[in-house]
Amino acid sequence: MTGGRRRDRFIAALGLTVIWVLLWGSFTPLTVAGGLVIAVVVLIVFPLPAVTYAGRIHPLGVLRFAGRFLTDMVVASVQVAVLAFRFGHVPRSAIVAVALRAPSDLGLTLTAEALSLVPGSLIVDADRRRGVLYVHVLGISSADEADRFKQGVLDLERRIIRAFGSPAERRILEEVPA
Amino acid sequence: MSGVLDVLAWVCLVVGALLSLSAGVALMRFPDLLSRMHAATKPQVLGLLLVLIGCALRLREAVDITTLLLVAVFQMATAPVAAHMIGRAGYRAGQARTDLLVVDELAGTDDKR
Repeated sequence: MTGGRRRDRFIAALGLTVIWVLLWGSFTPLTVAGGLVIAVVVLIVFPLPAVTYAGRIHPLGVLRFAGRFLTDMVVASVQVAVLAFRFGHVPRSAIVAVALRAPSDLGLTLTAEALSLVPGSLIVDADRRRGVLYVHVLGISSADEADRFKQGVLDLERRIIRAFGSPAERRILEEVPA
Repeated sequence: MSGVLDVLAWVCLVVGALLSLSAGVALMRFPDLLSRMHAATKPQVLGLLLVLIGCALRLREAVDITTLLLVAVFQMATAPVAAHMIGRAGYRAGQARTDLLVVDELAGTDDKR
């Protein structure tokens, strides 16, 4: 087992213990010890595949990403809610393929999660090998709008990489202008 | 101070409930499976988050707030996965109404076997 792998497992055990303590709602030696035992058992019984994370967390990028994510979520929630109450109107939609520029497993997952949490977009399929996300977009009425949406996804990827990406991913982004 | 928190909690709870209601209405009204998945997974997420914030503002106990935080984290981690699984299965089973799609770039890719 390499050092990075061991560190990943340690972080996972710590996270599980924290969740256990939070579930009990009391911070006592017994809950912490119980949590640790359960975390170790869980990690041995259900070993996780190794996630390679070469990136580094950039606080400013994370803030910018989180702020934009929250606004997106509120705006889009209201849009879907309005669409729900527009009687006599059948919303049309589109499935667009978006090829990410720097498709690492983690980047792909984070982009897909962030995209899915914002109303109006839903991942129908993902091609991990080629780094392509197939996104179902609600309330699209023309091919132009679909193109604008694609640009939005690439911007989201850019924000995520600026927040969590590795130096190599950042270099790719700088080479390919948006 | 407590009065202000109560008003904020009230606003969060009502807005959250309204968003959840709109998700329910959308679930009934949207034309096909994929559109409905939007309603089932998204306004509902923000609605739940607002209800949780409202509860936290009202309860103001560390124990309760950490539990609410866990609910929020699990909801945000699992909702996209559930939506993706159902959407993907539905699309492959031919449940998506293609006549409502302006563009369908998934159709005809070799991935769709």
